Amino acid sequence: MVGIIIVSHSQKLAEGVAELAKMMAADAPVVPAGGLDDGTFGTSFEKISTAIDSVYTDDGVVILIDMGSAVMTAEMVIENMPERKIRMLDCPLVEGAVVAAVGSSANQSMEEIAESAQDVASEKKL
Amino acid sequence: MTDSSKVIEILKQIGEQIQMEKDFLTELDNVIGDGDHGINMARGFKEVEKKLADLSGKDIGSILKTVGMSLVSTVGGASGPLYGTAFMRAGVAVGAKTEIDGNDFIAALEAAIGGIEMRGKAHEGEKTMLDALIPALNAIKKSYAENNDFKAALTRGVEAAEKGVEYTKTIIATKGRASYLGERSLGHQDPGATSSCLMLKVINRML
Repeated sequence: MVGIIIVSHSQKLAEGVAELAKMMAADAPVVPAGGLDDGTFGTSFEKISTAIDSVYTDDGVVILIDMGSAVMTAEMVIENMPERKIRMLDCPLVEGAVVAAVGSSANQSMEEIAESAQDVASEKKL
Repeated sequence: MTDSSKVIEILKQIGEQIQMEKDFLTELDNVIGDGDHGINMARGFKEVEKKLADLSGKDIGSILKTVGMSLVSTVGGASGPLYGTAFMRAGVAVGAKTEIDGNDFIAALEAAIGGIEMRGKAHEGEKTMLDALIPALNAIKKSYAENNDFKAALTRGVEAAEKGVEYTKTIIATKGRASYLGERSLGHQDPGATSSCLMLKVINRML
């Protein structure tokens, strides 16, 4: 199963998004990596690395990010693990997480999940 | 010009200066950002200081790369990956040298700026650290080519960086958190440009 990491500046937001995604797919390996070690706002290289380690398989891992330093920090984590199959998804955090969780739980490949996330990114809510 | 132990000393001083100006940097960031720049930089350089103790005797490239990695791991905001990449790229540019001259410094600064542009997908004129660093690099290069006096060139660089910080007050942010404010970012100096200028000032003072 493809692992899913939720990176946000806020620990609570990342945890909430992960919870919400798991409502649709309880068995999906969704892991929050929000905030800094002490719970304050920010993005943590270590937290993201540890989160990837905890769910990584040969199926790969997708990372969903909120903004700014989340993107840059995740990018650096990925560069630091060149032998692994990891990619960031460019989509809204909540919808993307739900779609990724459902996809992972249905044993979709990383590429298929990335495609669904792409569709979510272009969908309008209103 | 300078050797490994001097570089370590300079990095220590940069850390101290950042601790001293922590509240000022955070205040600047409170106005147009998320109010954590001083706190984040102080946390990052505290970690750098711990690492510096084990770095004496190492080549300058390794020292700079270690600094970069510590910043990436501990800063927690955008300045972590940005300064982290900058220091790591500078370290790669310097390589295994234990002593560097003016041209090495210029190459390192150039590589650092390239790293920030790549990581932040940023350019000059977007109200970022680049608005201090790029004018500084240009001024240093020009002065050094004309007079072959690196200390004088670095002083020109600091002046250009200070002007660059002032210039950030006159432009609207199009990168980073401040870009969400649109025109409301006008009139305020960029915290990242300010911390970049601070680092150059310390280097200039110490050389």
